[in-house]
Amino acid sequence: MKPVQRRFQPPWSRPSSLQQRLRTALARQPVRRNIARAMNGLVDKRRAAFPDAQTLEALRDQGQAIRDQALDHLPTLLRELEANCTANGIQVHWAETPAEANAQVLDIVRAAGADAVLKGKSMVSEEIGLNAALAAAGIEALETDLGEWIIQLAGEAPAHIVAPAVHLSRQEVAARFRTHFPELEIGEDIADLTALARGLLRDRFARMRVGVTGVNFLVAETGSLCLIENEGNGRLCTTLPEVHIAITGIEKVIARLDQLPPLLRLLTRSATGQPATTYVNLISGPRRTSERDGPHEVHLILLDHGRARMQADPEQRAILRCIRCGACMNHCPVYTRVGGHGYGTVYPGPLGAVLEPRLQGLQLQGELAEASSLCGACAEVCPVRIPLPQLIRRVRRDQRARQARPGLWSLWSRLQARPLQARRFTRALAGLAPALNVALRWLPSPWTRSREPPRLARQTLADLAEQEGFADD
Amino acid sequence: MPESPPSVIFFGTCLINSLAPQAGLAAMRLLKLAGAQVRFPRAQSCCGQPAYNAGFDAQARQVARAQLDALAGTEPVVVPSASCAGMFRHQYPLLFAGHPEQARAEQLAGRVVDFCAYLQRVLAPAWTDHGPPVTVALHHSCAARRELGVTQEAHALLEALAGVTVIEPERAHECCGFGGTFALKQPEISAAMTADKAEALRATGAVVVLSQDLGCLTSLDGYWRRQQAGRQFEVQTGLQVQHIAEFLWQRVASAAVQDGLPPRDTLGAPQ
Repeated sequence: MKPVQRRFQPPWSRPSSLQQRLRTALARQPVRRNIARAMNGLVDKRRAAFPDAQTLEALRDQGQAIRDQALDHLPTLLRELEANCTANGIQVHWAETPAEANAQVLDIVRAAGADAVLKGKSMVSEEIGLNAALAAAGIEALETDLGEWIIQLAGEAPAHIVAPAVHLSRQEVAARFRTHFPELEIGEDIADLTALARGLLRDRFARMRVGVTGVNFLVAETGSLCLIENEGNGRLCTTLPEVHIAITGIEKVIARLDQLPPLLRLLTRSATGQPATTYVNLISGPRRTSERDGPHEVHLILLDHGRARMQADPEQRAILRCIRCGACMNHCPVYTRVGGHGYGTVYPGPLGAVLEPRLQGLQLQGELAEASSLCGACAEVCPVRIPLPQLIRRVRRDQRARQARPGLWSLWSRLQARPLQARRFTRALAGLAPALNVALRWLPSPWTRSREPPRLARQTLADLAEQEGFADD
Repeated sequence: MPESPPSVIFFGTCLINSLAPQAGLAAMRLLKLAGAQVRFPRAQSCCGQPAYNAGFDAQARQVARAQLDALAGTEPVVVPSASCAGMFRHQYPLLFAGHPEQARAEQLAGRVVDFCAYLQRVLAPAWTDHGPPVTVALHHSCAARRELGVTQEAHALLEALAGVTVIEPERAHECCGFGGTFALKQPEISAAMTADKAEALRATGAVVVLSQDLGCLTSLDGYWRRQQAGRQFEVQTGLQVQHIAEFLWQRVASAAVQDGLPPRDTLGAPQ
């Protein structure tokens, strides 16, 4: 791409790598169109799924309470979960880092003697870079979720946590299929494309010995893993292979089984507007002696990756309530214009702006928190009432504390905190308004790239108020 | 015996102070016209939101402390910006949590009210509309819509005017892209959002766009003026932006009363 020519770039307007990525994403008109169309659809479906505001608010209260209760007692619940899973025959593994989690998966796959694994959709596997780790060890990972499979063929990252290939139109999907399967006749009809993918994937299911999936919720009291999906690939991944590896973050635990239905109601309606997914899988152990199918081994890998640290901070803890519905990004005016790839992280949108700086560190991802106008659309729809704007501000605050260079802000605050000086200053600006208004137009600034600058008035309100007798000490 | 008129403190906001003083003055005059006694404390400056949203809490607190002093009292504090009012109402208690000023911040938060909300709910004026028939597009800031929930009040004030038809644009709930320092930190995304909002507003067919927040209007106006730049001889492509208080004042104050307001061009505001 040709760089944009500019007259002069003062240091403060030199773009960071995030700004460059966002800019590039913004310029991809077809992707923007696809994302915008899909997000509009999801927003409409969610709205239709919650016709009654009162019911919705009651359900959100319930969802928040369930998640808060779990997070407040996280260590206890995790111990209970481990005990009950173990009693059920599920082997529990603890991973502090992505590297540890990858190593655990590799060990299990090697022990099973497999050179390939089936994969159900899992954002945690993206978080730890599992496919790359498997590839490096000579093990093939076959994504079985349709969207994941499409982007795997294209060598891309998910553009959305629920709908990974949402940035592609069906024509673009068909084009990718044609590149990979030149021998096949491929149309652009969605039903045909789906049938084709199903045929190609099903063919391989039967021969795989290990299935890797994510988890939506972990139930401590019963030692169960809940996994919801629409395509049936998740059920195949968890039942066909001899070994099932479930991998997820430690925050996904809830205390009781009866807390699951309200969370599922919130999750599916917030994500896609569905009252329920086609498949709800509740896994409470490997195949029993009396049973004729199911895996012989079930492993649960529980990843920390900074989550315990977030749990220990009363403010940051709120982000761990997240049930990964994606509603915050569907409603985000920034996400809907740049899509997931604009952020360059596994978790995009408002969720990513809060989570990624904690997972990868402020140094690497703290700037994500700047990609928000703090409009609050995310918090308005969050099914578990995560105060996302507050948490985005918190990242900014932590970022500033780390960089500790208030610079101009110190000057600004010292002026604004001294009312008399502030009055004199704004009056002086008003006096110079004609000259300043011309100067502002020519001064290079991020604002003037696309908009005319605001115009200073020739008198301040303070002075007008004085003249009209409103002013008072 | 008539009741004693309600006393209010007026917080003008830093943007209105420097960019649209006529809007602030109009708001104070409307409050007075509707029967309130208005006091504009000289020691006010800015609510501190720019530093707060940028993550500079210490600097924001320094500025906010000065407002706690300036706005001390028991009267309602009327603010002609939902964004600044939201800062006082919802963010001050958080900003000062655990600080010596916490109680004062909470006391102030409880007294702050958005201008439109106060005018419509408390003073409930019954005014005669002196203006010609006009269709206006009303843009609500995210603070008005989500932080304070005061969109109905602005609507009601306008709907009460006989000659005024109010419309809202498509995707009215979406942010206009201003977002304070966001416009400088992410200028491209901000501009893309502003462009979409501006086009949606233009599509309403209205000639004037009103809002209770000057920040949104500054961004929209900047967009339209840039569109207009270089084609002075063509038809006007953008809408005229106006703070809702200024518009209301022009409609309801009779010519005699309006005489006192300095003409707009001497203020140097939008020509």
